Amino acid sequence: MIAYIVRRLLYALPILIGVNLITFVLFFVVNSPDDMARMQLGAKRVTPEAIEKWKAERGYDRPLVWNAEAPGLAKATDTILFDKSVRMFAFDFGRADDGRDIALEIRSRMGPSLAIALPTFLLGLFVTVSFALLLVFFRHTALDVGGVVLCVVAMSISGLFYIIGGQYLVSKVWNLVPISGYAPGLDAARFLILPVLISVIGGIGSSARWYRTLFLEEINKDYVRTARAKGLSELRVLFRHVLKNAMIPILTGVVVVIPMLFMGSLLLESFFGIPGLGSYTIDAINAQDFAVVRSMVFIGSVLYIVGLLLTDISYTLVDPRVRLN
Amino acid sequence: MADLFGVKPVFLWSDILLWSLLAGCVLLAFYCRRHDYLRRAWRRVGESSAAMASATLLTAFIAVGLLDSLHYQPRLPAKEGSTEVQYAPEVLSALDALLADLRLKKEKTYSAPLATHAFAKETVERDGVQTRDFPRLQHAGRHLEDLAQHRDDLIARAAAGAFRGALLWAAFTGIVVGLIALSHRTRYADTCRAVWRPALSASRPVAWRAVLLTAAVLCVAGGVMAGWADGYHVFGTDKVGQDVLYLSLKSVRTALLIGTLTTLVTLPLSIALGLIAGFRGGWWDDAIQYLYTVLNSIPGVLLIAAMVLMMQVVIDTHPEWFETAAERADARLLALCFILGLTSWTGLCRLLRAETLKLRELDYVQAARAFGVADTRIMARHLLPNLMHIVLIALVMDFSGLVLSEAVLSYIGIGVDSTQNSFGTMINAARLELSREPVVWWSLAAAFVLMLALVLAANLFADAVRDAFDPRFQWRARRMPRRAAA
Repeated sequence: MIAYIVRRLLYALPILIGVNLITFVLFFVVNSPDDMARMQLGAKRVTPEAIEKWKAERGYDRPLVWNAEAPGLAKATDTILFDKSVRMFAFDFGRADDGRDIALEIRSRMGPSLAIALPTFLLGLFVTVSFALLLVFFRHTALDVGGVVLCVVAMSISGLFYIIGGQYLVSKVWNLVPISGYAPGLDAARFLILPVLISVIGGIGSSARWYRTLFLEEINKDYVRTARAKGLSELRVLFRHVLKNAMIPILTGVVVVIPMLFMGSLLLESFFGIPGLGSYTIDAINAQDFAVVRSMVFIGSVLYIVGLLLTDISYTLVDPRVRLN
Repeated sequence: MADLFGVKPVFLWSDILLWSLLAGCVLLAFYCRRHDYLRRAWRRVGESSAAMASATLLTAFIAVGLLDSLHYQPRLPAKEGSTEVQYAPEVLSALDALLADLRLKKEKTYSAPLATHAFAKETVERDGVQTRDFPRLQHAGRHLEDLAQHRDDLIARAAAGAFRGALLWAAFTGIVVGLIALSHRTRYADTCRAVWRPALSASRPVAWRAVLLTAAVLCVAGGVMAGWADGYHVFGTDKVGQDVLYLSLKSVRTALLIGTLTTLVTLPLSIALGLIAGFRGGWWDDAIQYLYTVLNSIPGVLLIAAMVLMMQVVIDTHPEWFETAAERADARLLALCFILGLTSWTGLCRLLRAETLKLRELDYVQAARAFGVADTRIMARHLLPNLMHIVLIALVMDFSGLVLSEAVLSYIGIGVDSTQNSFGTMINAARLELSREPVVWWSLAAAFVLMLALVLAANLFADAVRDAFDPRFQWRARRMPRRAAA
């Protein structure tokens, strides 16, 4: 097991290098730092001196991959590639355009992001699986058909409408919770209830329908018939047998997401004014702060790879037939 | 450029691509007619009422989108003593010409649907005294002499519109039934009965009744709206006084483009790479797998954001590439499709690779290899046709997701150009209106209804296509992580 995990982590290295190369090419080769400087400074203030100053402030005034003028080892290290991309492997992201340390910022914003993403994830999983089981329990009845229709309609509505509509109804018309904002500690619950509920409801449609088909695929298998023949109640069959066996495909989609919870949700956080990583990313995109976007891309892919690894490990937990080697 | 009917046709790149895509679909339809197994699969789609109803609705949307894809520049009135022909800088489309009424009737600012008075009070002079009151709208309800008639006028217009819509529907029905009768070589009256009461006929027939019913709803609703649109703003006006009905109809084209053109990028990439990886194996397989694992491991939204930011820089630093604002917005739209395609080909590629791995071991492929048929030929003749159903299903299933993601991306600020009409820009502009007092709800409601209709129809149609072409479920497995990431 340990050997497997270590090997998988080593496999991750070339992938991270690839991610880094893609972002490097995107941010520094497709557009030269000069272009970015011109764009950031705006049309009026573009002078060669201003561009040079902008680049020097951010360390973009060096050669891209090879610094022929530097002495010794610095030929390779005193470059944009090394300074901006290689350093990311040590989680050293440098500074954002407003001068703040990105790594520090990320650490302080992870909390609020998790505070909203974790309850959403757990509650969402619980609600969708229960809803899907309910539909399966009443399969081939009007309730099932109605539920599926509801799911298809729900997944055809843009997530934006759930947020806008929910905010309007709950916060404005019914005045139940504050429209947006955030407070540290337990006080945050007040602000978090609505976004969590909205994203759970918004996610029901597609996931419940998908889980339902998974359950329905299992329910016609021989072992389920045997269980029924033994005289087990339908509920017991569903929970003890069908749910357990449908876990593998469910886990494939679910466990990958767990590490990504740290990244937060772009839409929810920006609508509800929660100072997490999602709103950080959106702000960076709107301010065209490339350093932050680059860092988030890197962190995102690290978390994704961790998620894949967790998925594999979770298989061994729910399915004893799976051996990692 | 030729000067037809006093206008200069403008060919935007997205227009050309959209029309050639349509041509491709027509060719594909002929191809399907010639092949029995494809024809039977499509027939199974046709037997589903939900699929046929959504197909009708989608056709209406596509018609709007295609009308909006015939662009031109109108000629300006000639100057005194000058023979030089001048064209307006703004690029219009055939839809703009049809809806010229809606486009040009601008108010000052917000007005509610079907209202006669503006939404906000203004200082107006009445009988020499200045008062704060709701002013009359400039283009809505001007024909009313007495405001008490407003209600009656609406009803009368709705009835007249519905009648005209019903006439249109009757004509449509007559033509459709006539065509069916012609192709089946049956009598007209018999066809009518068979279409209306399909249970009477022997085999499971194509669900024409669903088509006709959907068409009836569309025609009558369209008729009523057309009746109202003549004298009022059916969906109200937005902040700068533009007619919301016009804006939402213009948004349809963007949604269709994003949903379809993206696949033009996705398909070649995922088909070629999936086939090569699965068939060649070895070094090729490793390289292609590495490529899509890397791309997959970057969260979709962030990769799109990074690429769009870079594209913005390129477009902003090269203003000389674009003659008109429309061309610029168009380039941005195409670039967005390209980017969405680049970030979304991996799922299909993985499916195709897995399927190719299976097919490669089958006897007929092995036989072809033993005969020394070239690899490219085996891929094209023996593997590709057997993968087409996967490609087709992926194509229709991705459409609705892409339409939805356009709205989200435009909200985040990495979607289409802000001057381009789209559902995303509409929602983005209207998202703060619900916090106004009183509430301005109509822009959001219009975007909501049209988007829901489009996406729901696409989803239902895609489900039917999936069930007809492949009853197994591997498709949603591929879709799930994408949705979760957004």
